[in-house]
Parts: sequence; structure tokens; C-alpha cells
Amino acid sequence: MGSDLNRLTITEARDRLRRREITSRELTRDCLERIAAVEPRLNAFITVCEDEAMAQAEEADRRLGQGDAPNLCGIPLGIKDIYCTRGVRTTCASRILGNFTPPFDATVIEKLRAEGAVFVGKANLDEFAMGSSTENSAFGPTRNPYDLERVAGGSSGGSAAAVAADECLAALGTDTGGSIRLPASFCGVVGIKPTYSRVSRYGVIAYASTLDQVGPFARTVRDAAMVLRAAAGADPRDSTCSARPVPDYERALTGEVRGMRIGVPTEYFVEGMDATVERTVRDALKKLEAMGARTVEISLPHTGYAVAAYYLIATAEASANLARYDGVRYGMRASADNNIELYNRTRAQGFGAEVKRRIMLGTFALSAGYYDAYYLKGQKVRTLIRRDFERAFESCDVVAAPVTPTTAFRLGEKTDDPLQMYLSDIFTISVNLAGLPGMSVPCGADGRGMPIGLQLIGPPFAEEAILRAGDAWERSSGFARPAPQL
Amino acid sequence: MTNDKYEAVIGLEVHAHMLTRSKLFCGCATDFGAPPNHNVCPVCMAMPGVLPVLNRHVVELAIRTGLATHSKIELHSVFARKSYFYPDLPKGYQISQYDEPLCRGGYIELPPRQSGEPRRIRLVRIHLEEDAGKNIHTDSASLVDLNRSGVPLMEIVSEPDLRTPEEAVDYLRELRGILVCVGASDGKMEEGSLRCDVNVSVRQRGATELGARTEIKNLNSFRFVEKAIVYEVNRQIEEIAAGRRIAQETHLWDPEREVTRPMRSKEFANDYRYFPEPDLPPLIVPPDLVEKIKAEMPELPAQQRENYAKDFGLTTYEVGVLLGREELGEYFMNIVVQSVNAKTAANWVMTEVLRAVNESGKPLGEAVPKPQETGALLRMVEESRISLNAAKSAFAAMCRSGKGAEATVADLGLAQVSDEASIAEACDRVLAAEGAKVAEYRAGRDKLFGFFVGAVMKAMGGKGNPKVVNEVLRRKLAG
Repeated sequence: MGSDLNRLTITEARDRLRRREITSRELTRDCLERIAAVEPRLNAFITVCEDEAMAQAEEADRRLGQGDAPNLCGIPLGIKDIYCTRGVRTTCASRILGNFTPPFDATVIEKLRAEGAVFVGKANLDEFAMGSSTENSAFGPTRNPYDLERVAGGSSGGSAAAVAADECLAALGTDTGGSIRLPASFCGVVGIKPTYSRVSRYGVIAYASTLDQVGPFARTVRDAAMVLRAAAGADPRDSTCSARPVPDYERALTGEVRGMRIGVPTEYFVEGMDATVERTVRDALKKLEAMGARTVEISLPHTGYAVAAYYLIATAEASANLARYDGVRYGMRASADNNIELYNRTRAQGFGAEVKRRIMLGTFALSAGYYDAYYLKGQKVRTLIRRDFERAFESCDVVAAPVTPTTAFRLGEKTDDPLQMYLSDIFTISVNLAGLPGMSVPCGADGRGMPIGLQLIGPPFAEEAILRAGDAWERSSGFARPAPQL
Repeated sequence: MTNDKYEAVIGLEVHAHMLTRSKLFCGCATDFGAPPNHNVCPVCMAMPGVLPVLNRHVVELAIRTGLATHSKIELHSVFARKSYFYPDLPKGYQISQYDEPLCRGGYIELPPRQSGEPRRIRLVRIHLEEDAGKNIHTDSASLVDLNRSGVPLMEIVSEPDLRTPEEAVDYLRELRGILVCVGASDGKMEEGSLRCDVNVSVRQRGATELGARTEIKNLNSFRFVEKAIVYEVNRQIEEIAAGRRIAQETHLWDPEREVTRPMRSKEFANDYRYFPEPDLPPLIVPPDLVEKIKAEMPELPAQQRENYAKDFGLTTYEVGVLLGREELGEYFMNIVVQSVNAKTAANWVMTEVLRAVNESGKPLGEAVPKPQETGALLRMVEESRISLNAAKSAFAAMCRSGKGAEATVADLGLAQVSDEASIAEACDRVLAAEGAKVAEYRAGRDKLFGFFVGAVMKAMGGKGNPKVVNEVLRRKLAG
């Protein structure tokens, strides 16, 4: 092999493809070879789409030959196995959808297909995106490319690990409470969770409808910005999707942060967080200051209620969203003599423990007599959290914070303690509740070489601001992500 | 039935299939009678990841209905998820409107019965929701047809303002008339376009508090609505009279045995876990859309009745009967266009035509002659060619034979004699035979005039034109 085209950034690959120095077939083949080499140890993919990918690459090469091909034409991507892909099995890492092949594409998939992107495989995740470590997968956990004994983070762990391990150039994930930013941070790649409604959710299997948002993983901010631009935009099939025009995010990447006001929330540097994580993030902020940005102390006083509110709202919505998996029309069906038995057995056998736990939590939160005390109160807290941010953004342009309190933990370390697992998301969940754009950018590593992410948060639809800050940091900090030793 | 001691309190929840080409949240067709699972797509089959998109036309039809029923159109309303498991409910929840419906309040005015005032039945709300699919049970399996899944429904909920089964049926007819008139529904109950749940309770007359109610489901014809209410009211009165309490429960109408029976608790869920549908933003209706729809509203049934009454000089009761059944009104109009007096035509339709329909048990089109023939018959009455009684005999014969008016009158020899010479001859015969009475009359017993008329008519076999008979007799007796 030796060409290692799979290690290129999208920007590099795009330029070389356009200059016809390489073909998408060569690029895709390098990715597929890398996948074949590392997957036995990594388990980043549930399904590898070798034949489909090569066919897409061939088509992309034809388009590239005609000139005027879009940015992502011929670029190999990983797709979290939560996106419906026409003709390709879509499992959501659940036994209940183990045999499900959708007859349609998610809108985002359709858009990327139209761009000429190549889909190398369906990436692993926590079942129905419920988890923070990708250990809740019916297809086994994804391992961290920097330490195979550690988790990749979740729920989009497969997508993050695949990008980190150079199995593809970028990947799609989804983020409901941190599911893009957390694994991006754990695996040392860039991950963006856009503003709620920025990207269509049609065909993306729903976990919590008011929180779920689609976003990219990539090895550079610029690459992530390119994928985001291709994915974002109005969709007549998603009534919650914004009609706002999509800016050319690449043009926001000026490398300039002079005069930018960066808010640093007191509540995001807490007792008990890993000292190295705190120091690394604070060092990154100092460097941004040295580059001309100004940091301001801010307060997000309702941060402490975010996890509780999230687990009421997300589970309530999930309890209804997952009711359709009943064994009647598609997916797994347990043998049974009557309706009730069919539901009970199919769902008992088809769902994993964490999914069942959240369905039960959510069903309880919506039950007669409890709605006001739980779901409604959760929504009120959500309003308070949104106002915290509105107030904060009066005195700053972006907010900077750690992504998680620790670096990637060991496999199995938190699986017996759901609450500890839930607390991995304390710094990411508020952003989903407030519907804001957030991003994780690699900013260092701990003593074991495990990556640490810097979280940048913007006001609604201020993706350009966080992208500019992240890109400026990436270019000027001198920090380079080490290649994982696999 | 209800008596001096008890009265019934009835409220109706009507589900109307809306007259749209596509479903509520996807583009699938709504045709009735397509092969099973033909009109389906990922959205109405609840494939993973799909999202609903609201059909704009449905909202406009609901606003039309709201305006036609004097309801308040809520400019901000919200869809909610109503959760329960059933094989014909693919998402495991129904998208409906819950605490923030599209229309609130309003009323429907019913035409008066026989005498009395029009009655106003108040509405609680009108909201939009999607229909479920259909389960089909065979000996070996249960099958699911999702053609109906996602078909738009409007639920129209009345206050418990109805007091009798007949009134409930009047309300349903009026509501159906409105829905058909504004184009919101085809109103075909037999195809399931209108389905009705009835809430019934009974209380002592004069009481203001409501008794415990039962809800009767599965009523898909006017007749069943009436029968189910009659049955349920009687049952409740018997229970109360026997000192038992009425359980607040859901009953199912059994059309075979014509009874209601309580549903097993498993047949309906009791905690629907409603919460706002997160996949649909609140429904915001721009005020100018309401104004635009208002300006395009057709003439509503109540207005039609008023105009009818004015144009034809009929009472509101008469108009109510004529327009209460579409085919009756049409029949009436087809008679009137033949320049038959409207009052005569109305009376004829309401008595002779309705009687023929009721006695034969056949639909109007088969039970009575074509309106052209009935019109011809009534013209003969107006032109004094036959008597009213003769027309009644002729009409009955026409209903049986299917023959035309002219032919029937000729066959039965019912034509009236107006020829003065023949009448004078008959008069002469009678006066000659009744010399004594003639003398009494001329001596001042005026009352005997009627006796002479009757005798002349008898002598002429009932065919003498009464007007001419009168004139000739008076002249001769004076002579």
C-alpha cells in the first residue's frame, strides 16, 4: 500500500482529486484497506459498504473528470448507523433493527450523495444514541484508537474513532446531549453540533426530537465546516428545520480572533474534574488571548440542573419515539400468540438495558399526575438555561469550556453506574437544551496521551464564530494531533 | 324512554374524515377502497427517522368548519402525541391536538321541530388528528392495512346540550350538512367518513348536576346513534330506579344484538401520556388567512333555510324537513321549477312523498314517480282538471305502476267535469227529484245548499268541478 491517501484532509484530497493527481477509487481503496486492517481491534463500523463505496467512487471519478465537481465529490465518509441509507442495513446498534434495510435515504444522506460523497460504512454507536461510551451497542463497543482499553466516547463513538484512525476522511454523527462533542474530545478530532434546526433530521432515527442534531466529525475545523455546509439547510420534509440560508463556512475561517470576546463560565470548572483537563483548557484560552482574543468571566447559574432536566425531557421524548419498534412492520419480531405478547417479547429481546431504562424513565415522566412535576418542570428549567446563555452572550461572542471533566475512561469502568456515566455529559448537555451550536476542537492530551478537547459554544446560528475561533486556534496554537499507534 | 321523572343528557364527539387528496402528514392518497397497504409511504408506516409535515389544505378546511360553526379560530394551536400500543397505530402514538385545539366554542343551530324555536347546540372544540390503520382478523392471523393510517380527521366535540335521541340525530344531520357544504367532508357515514362517539347520562328532571356518563363508541349510522342512545338511556334509568350507580365507563355498540356492552379495560388505554409533538412546531394561523377563508365561505345550511323560507313563503319547520334530507330538497325544487305553487309542492312532498317513501321502505328515487310527473299531476290540480283527492289516488297509483300523470288520470277516469251544460243537466235532475227540499230552501233554509252540492257531486260520480257546481246551483235555486 504505502500511499496512505486515507490520511489526507478533505481539503487536500479535494484539491488533488480536482487536479486529477489521485482518483476517488484510489482514495476509497486506501480507506477500505485501512478499515480492513484496524477494524478487528477498533470496531468503529457495524457495516462496511465496500461494493457500494467503490461504485460511488467510480461515479465520483466520472464527475471529477467532467470538472466542476462539488467539494465532497469522491470524499470517503463514515456514517453513524443512525442515518437511514437506502438499500444499506441501518441498525442504530440495536438488535431490534438488526435486519432493517430502509427503502429511503435520510435528507442529509441524499444531499451528500448529490455532492458525490462516498460512504465507506455505517459507524458504531450506543444503541439508539443512548450512552456516552459506545459500550451500549448490540454490536460490541468501539475502542479508542489512542488506547484500545479505553472507550471512544459516545454515542457517536464509531464515527469519532473512524476519523481518528484514518478509516475515512470525515464522518457524520448526531448529538443529543454531547454525542458528537464527547467522542470528538475523547478521540482527538473536531466535532460540531450545529444549532438545533440547522440540519434536517429527516431519516435520522430519533432519540429525543427537540435535542437531536446532526453534525460532522473531521480532522480539521475546515474539513468539518465543509461537511456541515453540505449537510445543512432547509428541508420540506422536516418542519422543525430552519429556512435560513447556509453561509459558506469556509469563508469565516480568517484565522483572526483579535477582539473576539470569549466567555469562560465559572460553572464549567468544577471540583472533581481532572486537573490536566482543566489546565490544558486554561492554557488553550491563554493562547487565544495571546492571539488577540479577550476572555471574560461569565456565569451560567442553572448549569447544575441541566443533567436532571435533560434526563426528563430526552427520556420522555424517547419513550414515544421508540414506541414504533413493536415487531409489527419491520425489524425484529419475537414469536408470540397475541398482540401484548408480541410487544412484550419483541421489546424485551430487542432493546438493550440502557434503552429500556430510558424508556421506563420517560414513560414515568409523562404519566398522568407526573407530567407537571417532571416533563413540564424539565421544560421550564430548559427555558432558564436558554436565558442563562442569552444573558452570557450579551458580554461575549463565544463561550469556551472543557468538553468533559475527564479524558477517555477505561472500558467497563462506568457501565455498572449509569449516574456516573450520565455525568460525563455535564458540560455538553446545556448546549442541547438551549439549542446552541457547539464544537470540540483538540487542544492537547493528558499524561497517557489521551486527547483533550476545547469546547466552543456560540449563540443560535453563530456557527461561523465558533468555527473561526476553532480554526484560528488550530492554525496558530502549534498543537498537532499525534497519529494513533494502532 | 325518558319520562316525567328523568331526562337524558347527551353530548357527541364526531370524527369526520376530511375531503383531501393527501394524508395529514405525508403525500399519500386518501382514496377509499385501494388495495391493502397501497397508499403508504415511510412516513405513514412510521419507518425509523421519518417526520410529519402538516397538510395545509386540511388546516383550511378545519378553519372553514370552525367559521361555519361560529367557533373561535385559535391562531396558535399545538399538536400532541397520544401514546398507546395497537397494531394499527404504527408510531405507537397518534398525533392529535390536546389542550390547544384549532377551534374552540361555537355552536350549531338546529331547525325547529314541528313548532318551537331553533335550538342551539354549543360546541366545546374542533381539532385535527390522524386516523389509524385497520386490523383485519382471519382464522390464522391478524393483518394490518395502513391505507387509512394518517388520513386526516376532524374531531368535533359538542357540549352535553342534547336531550333526546331524535335531537342527537338532528344535530348529526345538521353537522353533516355543514361539513358537506363547506367541503370539509363527503359526509358518507356508510364509508366511515363520519364516526360518532356518544356520551350519555341521565338525571332527574330539574337537576342541574350531571350524572355519571357512559361513552358509546363505534356508531357509524344515524340509526345506530338513535338506537344506541335509546338503549343506553333506558338502561341507565332502570339502573338508577333500581338504586344502582352508573359506572363511568366506555361501551361498545353491538349492531347485531342492538345493545351496548362495556369494553374490557384492555380494549382501551387509560393513560395516553400526552405531550406536545416535538416534530411539529406550533400551528400558527395568520389572521389574514382566516379573513380570506371567511370571504370565500359558501351559503351555509341555516342561511339556505332562511332564504328558502323567504323565497317560497314556507315556514322554517317546512324548510327544515325539506332540506333535512338532500334528496327531498332536490325533489321539491324539481317540482317547483314546473311553476307549481311552492306551498302546494312543499305540502305534497312532506305528506304524500314522505308517506310513500316511509311505507315502501325504498329510497326516494325508487319509491315515488319522477318529480316531473309529480309536478304534472299538481299542475292538473292547479288547473282544476282534477280534484285534490283525485290527485292523491292518482299519486298512489303512479307509485305502484310507474306510469305518468296524464296516463294515470285518464286510466282511472279522474278528470274533472267543468262543462257547464253537463253540470246544469245534473243539477236539473237533482232539483226535480228533491222538490220538497227546494221549497224549504226557497222558504229560507239556506243551510240546505250544502246538501244540494253533495247530491250533484254524487250524481256526477265526484268529478264535477266544485266551483262550477256551486255557481250553477246557486243560479238555478235562485231562479
